Amino acid sequence: MQRRDRQLGLLYALPIGVFLAVAFLAPILLVAAFSTMPPKVFSIWNMPDFSAYYTVITQGYWKTVAWSLGMSMAATLILFVVCWPLAYGMAKVFGRFSLVLTIGVVMTLFVSENIRLFGWVLTLMKGGLVEGYIRAWTGTGFDGLLYNVPVIVFGLCYVYLPFMLFPLAQGIAMVPEDARAAAFDLGATRWQIFREIELPLAMPGILVGSLLTFVLAAGALAETKLLGGQAVIVIAEEVETAFTYGQNWPLGAALAMVLIVIVGGIAIWGIGRADLDRMMGRR
Amino acid sequence: MGDQPILRINALTKRFNEFTALHGIDLNVRDGEFLAIVGPSGSGKTTLIRLLVGMDEPTEGAIWLRDSRIDAVPANKRPTCMVFQSLALFPHRSVGQNIEFPLKLRKVAPATRKARALELLELLRLPASYYDKRIDECSGGEKQRVALARALAFDPEILFFDEPLSALDYRLRKTLEKELKDLHRRTGKTFIYITHSLEEAMVMSDRIAIMKAGRFEQIAPAAEIYARPRSRFVAEFMGEVNLFDMVDGRVPGLRFGPRASNLFVGQTGTLVVRPESVALLAPGEEADVALEGIIESEYLLGSRVQYTVAREGAAPVTVEVLRENAVGGPGAPVVMGFGTSACHLIAPEARDAAA
Repeated sequence: MQRRDRQLGLLYALPIGVFLAVAFLAPILLVAAFSTMPPKVFSIWNMPDFSAYYTVITQGYWKTVAWSLGMSMAATLILFVVCWPLAYGMAKVFGRFSLVLTIGVVMTLFVSENIRLFGWVLTLMKGGLVEGYIRAWTGTGFDGLLYNVPVIVFGLCYVYLPFMLFPLAQGIAMVPEDARAAAFDLGATRWQIFREIELPLAMPGILVGSLLTFVLAAGALAETKLLGGQAVIVIAEEVETAFTYGQNWPLGAALAMVLIVIVGGIAIWGIGRADLDRMMGRR
Repeated sequence: MGDQPILRINALTKRFNEFTALHGIDLNVRDGEFLAIVGPSGSGKTTLIRLLVGMDEPTEGAIWLRDSRIDAVPANKRPTCMVFQSLALFPHRSVGQNIEFPLKLRKVAPATRKARALELLELLRLPASYYDKRIDECSGGEKQRVALARALAFDPEILFFDEPLSALDYRLRKTLEKELKDLHRRTGKTFIYITHSLEEAMVMSDRIAIMKAGRFEQIAPAAEIYARPRSRFVAEFMGEVNLFDMVDGRVPGLRFGPRASNLFVGQTGTLVVRPESVALLAPGEEADVALEGIIESEYLLGSRVQYTVAREGAAPVTVEVLRENAVGGPGAPVVMGFGTSACHLIAPEARDAAA
């Protein structure tokens, strides 16, 4: 009986398994293979020489990697701070109003990210909504608020807010009300309850939210391009450039591999710590 | 046990919008006492304990802990603490860390904390090896003890309990009831225990306060409440009981001997007689009060047998006798009797108040 169950399980997993192999694993392997090729070739049937990695290391690409990781970390941290009270309210306080909030946040996802970002461009640019009004009212204008690092981080926070908010709310919902009350009864201050009870018990949600935000933000491109102009260049943009203008697929592949390894490593480390079973309510 | 009250409740009222959960109740709790507050669900006992531990504020009235008024003090600033119904142990902390939690909040040095936690483990008869155990590795009874140890680590002036045993199976509950009583004796602390189970309250407590609809019906030692209930509600709440309405010294269907007639002359009220005080009379045997009927049903209660005896034109009577005194089964006519010493008369005012 148990053997048949296992066979059935494998059978059921077959379609998604095939799909993952074709659509997920194969491209990664292809990219990995390309990353080892000599410069500017368009086939993986050459002698690998790993020269693209040498270029990545010597040509200062670490800076763009650092910008990507740094800004996505900043966005993750800011989103955690911003979303915690909101998620807390959704999980514990708002009641039926949290459904309205959920719908509101999800609705924004129905509009393409680029269109929403262009909205911000129109709002923040010189002669845009903000600067234009201020100039009209006060008579003095300024350069607009675009094309700097903070506005990129703001863009990342804006786009990826739902990915932090919902897992966080889920995590906070897992903190038993009694544990909080007991800590309070035993003399804990609000801050101590947060640190000793809520933070550790909501940790699976915090980890999932942070990972989603971080991973997505680290590979993000549109925020830097649209809001950031040429203020900084992020790794995803270098990858795109190498594959298109640069016509150097091995370099693009090597840059992509660097990003995949770093972000994938962090993600696997994080998921290893999150109790996903408990989050899904299976335990 | 000192005579000075450790806790005084004065005209305590709690209203939720239209609904009044507590109607200006008063209570004095003696230092070192084990007081059980008993009532059916909705009687206001949970509201009361929430006010007492500081998780809610009263609408009116005052709570005094010795000489300081505490009703507006939040729970984390009060020198009392509670064992929750759910126990509310911290699942992400070990047994030792759970027990040390209140000490950690007070910034007690780790070595001192650990020493105290080990002491408490011993006091609650848990092996020292449990210090590093995870909470979800503990059984129900062990969790119970960890929760108690954590509350004792707080070193509270008063320890409150919100039905912590209600989720456990019968045998474990019985064991823990005795342990809790023993712990009360050894620590000398004041225990206030909320429960809906009268049995639990009788086993453990020095005094029982019976609540009904936001008021105390009676506050007295268990034996007194059992023998001399102040109202019909209390009499019925204390388990199986026979109640007879007496008007002007007479109860229809009951034959009073000379002693009973003299005692009850002119009296009106509710006569309370416990089933075990009613005897089955042999032919020719006399009793202060006698009545007759036909056995309707028979229940075996281990060492005792309980009969429901139907009577003509009156409510059935419950009789409980030792197994060796059992008589025939259903259908057998019986004569029953009881002495005046087993009777308690509830005054009509008290009965009306309870109705």
